[in-house]
Amino acid sequence: MVKLRKLTLPVMLAVGVMGAGSAYAGGVDRAAILANTCAGCHGPDGVSTGPAAPTIAGLPEEYFIDVMNMFKEGERRNTIMGRIAKGYSDEEIELMAKYFAKLPHKPAKQSFDPVKAKYGKKLHDKYCEKCHEEGGRLPDSSGPLAGQWKPYLQFTLNDFINGHSTVDKKMKKKLDKLVKKEGMDGIKAVLEYYASQQK
Amino acid sequence: MNMNRRGFIKTTIAGAVGAVFYGSQALAAHPGGKKRVVVVGGGIGGATTAKYIKKYDPSIDVTLIEPNKHYYTCFMSNEVLGGHRKMDSIQFDYSGLKAKGIRVVHDTVTDIDAAKQVVKTASGKTYQYDRCVVSPGVDFKYEAISGYSKEVADSSIPHAWKAGPQTEMLREQLEAMPDGGTFVMVPPPNPFRCPPGPYERVSQIASYFKEHKPNCKIVILDPKNKFSKFGLFMDGWKRHYGYGTDKSMITWIPADKGGKVTKIDPDTKTVYAEAGTFKADVLNIIPPQKAGAIAFKAGLTKGDWCPIDHLTFESTLKKNIHVVGDSSIASPLPKSGYAANSEAKICAAAIVSLLNGKKMPEPSWVNTCYSIIAPGDGISVAMVYAYQDGKIVKVKGSGGLTGKYDPELRKREEMYAHSWFNNITADVFG
Repeated sequence: MVKLRKLTLPVMLAVGVMGAGSAYAGGVDRAAILANTCAGCHGPDGVSTGPAAPTIAGLPEEYFIDVMNMFKEGERRNTIMGRIAKGYSDEEIELMAKYFAKLPHKPAKQSFDPVKAKYGKKLHDKYCEKCHEEGGRLPDSSGPLAGQWKPYLQFTLNDFINGHSTVDKKMKKKLDKLVKKEGMDGIKAVLEYYASQQK
Repeated sequence: MNMNRRGFIKTTIAGAVGAVFYGSQALAAHPGGKKRVVVVGGGIGGATTAKYIKKYDPSIDVTLIEPNKHYYTCFMSNEVLGGHRKMDSIQFDYSGLKAKGIRVVHDTVTDIDAAKQVVKTASGKTYQYDRCVVSPGVDFKYEAISGYSKEVADSSIPHAWKAGPQTEMLREQLEAMPDGGTFVMVPPPNPFRCPPGPYERVSQIASYFKEHKPNCKIVILDPKNKFSKFGLFMDGWKRHYGYGTDKSMITWIPADKGGKVTKIDPDTKTVYAEAGTFKADVLNIIPPQKAGAIAFKAGLTKGDWCPIDHLTFESTLKKNIHVVGDSSIASPLPKSGYAANSEAKICAAAIVSLLNGKKMPEPSWVNTCYSIIAPGDGISVAMVYAYQDGKIVKVKGSGGLTGKYDPELRKREEMYAHSWFNNITADVFG
């Protein structure tokens, strides 16, 4: 598994500004052509209307590449993405990764339990905040967790916890700790917290 | 090629003499020099092309001509038949496209003059274009089954292969059916719109019967010996509907067991196949298919479908007219909603590149087809396509079918199927 470099917010913003408007000015490029084939499942401009398929707009470039490669290699349990990811070369995945990294992440409009979300925030601060900063809002070592579709995060975390997907050792440790202390309800509470962040 | 200059000359000439020949309506709306695209048909292919042309180059004047004010998606209409979804959830309008600056006209295109680059409509209007996109979907060869006709389909034996009033009719007939009745389906021969569709429909109707009318039977009289996602459907039918046992709700009679139907009696809903005579309580005939009528009228067809250049989707028979969606020959891309959406984006990119005198970027396509065998049991087929030596080809090693039964993953596939529906319709109409 490729180790993820941590991207800081200023770097993300700079990329966003440089990239703005370049894709559609006076035509269309290969990156847009590749990226737009994803819209059927992940939504126009990578913003999913749910209920489960994740929003891919705003995913950090390196994370996108890493996950696509994991799908290719079968390191991430999946339904369809393994079959799709195998259709693209490293160069094509890189083009798509750059393209989606520039697009704005828009939080999902979804229901959540405010009581659980409040408890979930506490758990997040204790177990997750160190890497998934600002309540999971910062797209650093992963995609933004705040505002991602709840079922997708649930599937992904379950697969990490049950060992169906390869996961960073540090993260697995934290997850196991959380589950040991709080049970799967703890995971659910954290997910409610991410779902509650809709601004 | 200098399209600006060409467009300007054409508009000027048309402005001088066109008022007489073409009527002034279309011209008045197009002040000189603006590049014009007319899209014929507001289904998945047409609506997506219109939207993405505007997205890739907002300066292009895009007109979409579609007779209906609402579009009902064929995909997920099987869930309506299964009682798991309401009709209004598959109904879409064109307000989203209008808000993006696309001119939407509700009219029927009666002819396309490729030489003069003019689209003509039933209300007598004409629309000049630099590039025309034709996406009429499929039409039906009713005559292939004696006793069946458009009138019969509209009144008593729906095909429901274009979602809308016939979907509602079929659902009402299923609801009115007695427990213990027989539903007979006659699927079409290849090629046809949505290859797994008939078998998903059977699955959905079986799920409805299983819950509400467990003594009902389903008979499929098929002119084929195999179909899309064959192994996955067979496995699903075994798990959910007793397929293969003497208690099976579903009987599938393939061509080599006499499944081919030649004749029906519409009054008694009797179906005559090589395997015998079948009396149906509810009958669903999905006739053999061909390109939509306007494709034939405009001279875009060879045989039943429209040959196209695989890079630009321009007709190989008529210049400046592109064909996308089910009516085009884009094989190995299937005749599916996702493929139509994917083709339309490449067609839009080609048109924008051509009209701007730019090189077309290398294309790429995806197809993803979900089917829901029973609540909580979703399956899919997917493929990535590339352009190689003048042809659309499958990318080696990519794609394929859902793996062997895993209840957790099947549940996820159902949720992803519903996500797919929400996202693709947002992509097309939003």
